[in-house]
Amino acid sequence: MSRQSNRTTDSKKMNSELFTLTYGALVTQLCKDYENDEEVNKQLDKMGYNIGVRLIEDFLARSSIGRCQDFRETADVIAKVAFKMYLGTTPSVTNWSPAGDEFSLILESNPLVDFVELPDNHNTLIYSNLLCGALRGSLEMVQMAVDVKFVQDTLRGDNVTEIRMKFIKRIEENLPAGDE
Amino acid sequence: MDTRFTRGKSSILERPLTRPKTKVSVSAFALLFSEMVQYCQSRVYSVSELQTRLADMGHSVGASMLDVLVLREKNGKRETKVLNMLLFIKVNVWKSLFGKEADKLEQANDDDKTYYIIEKEPLINAYISVPKENSSLNCAAFTAGIVEAILTHSGFPAKVTAHWHKGTTLMIKFNDSVIARDKALDGR
Repeated sequence: MSRQSNRTTDSKKMNSELFTLTYGALVTQLCKDYENDEEVNKQLDKMGYNIGVRLIEDFLARSSIGRCQDFRETADVIAKVAFKMYLGTTPSVTNWSPAGDEFSLILESNPLVDFVELPDNHNTLIYSNLLCGALRGSLEMVQMAVDVKFVQDTLRGDNVTEIRMKFIKRIEENLPAGDE
Repeated sequence: MDTRFTRGKSSILERPLTRPKTKVSVSAFALLFSEMVQYCQSRVYSVSELQTRLADMGHSVGASMLDVLVLREKNGKRETKVLNMLLFIKVNVWKSLFGKEADKLEQANDDDKTYYIIEKEPLINAYISVPKENSSLNCAAFTAGIVEAILTHSGFPAKVTAHWHKGTTLMIKFNDSVIARDKALDGR
């Protein structure tokens, strides 16, 4: 197909405003449709997961990055390549657990929350929860089960935005039954 | 009163309104938009309901864009003439949303209140293939919602709908009052 031809390693970029506002419209709609913030958080995570599952393919195709040796390398690739490629920002990787299975991404800027304020009646809403789902979904597709959650968020008055990622296990490839 | 107005200056009010320099990838947007369409689809029964839902979301985008664009690009001056307003959308709004001007702006031959904004390959539809059984669905209904909100909030109430014609055509139908006012302004 002709679409294949304009697929280069450098993905096409666009102004972040449309992206930011579109995301805002989506979250607003979810808040109208669901009774409480927990449900909205869950829905955002689910959508993020669906995005992640598809995004990883795009990512591998464009970045031509091979298999990571360890979780530290994974963390660096997520922060320096993936975030930069898709959201135009590079979070820093810090707060490693001694065992090396847990780290934090500190986001200095988060294009999802430009010009966003949380109203008082939504104080349990995790506005950018889509990111957690996307990280979880994409890593699952490369056989890594991870736990991802926001621990700090500037929207709720914290000084920084921090996403905590914890490695759970390698997912063994299960061949479908009867398929040798 | 809502506490956000009383609890002192929020840092968000101190932010400059200049165009943000960050760029995001079109793939990220395409995937987000796709989730949005799927979500809307799961809650409606017909194509027209789906388009209405998309348009509603577009409304909130358009409403937020309008003020910042008028300040940024027009020094706070609002358009009062239909044609200038349409050009503002074709040029300024399109550039800031999609990084380019809209392909064409046309007026209907037989109707002075109908205009068309024609886009051969809109960004919104770039990665969407419409299933055969829903061939009338055009997800640019979202863009139509954006345009409708911008026109309505600028004092040019109109209905905007998206159609498959020469690519994607947004059909703008102004209220009679808008055209009458425009003619009155011309007469002076």
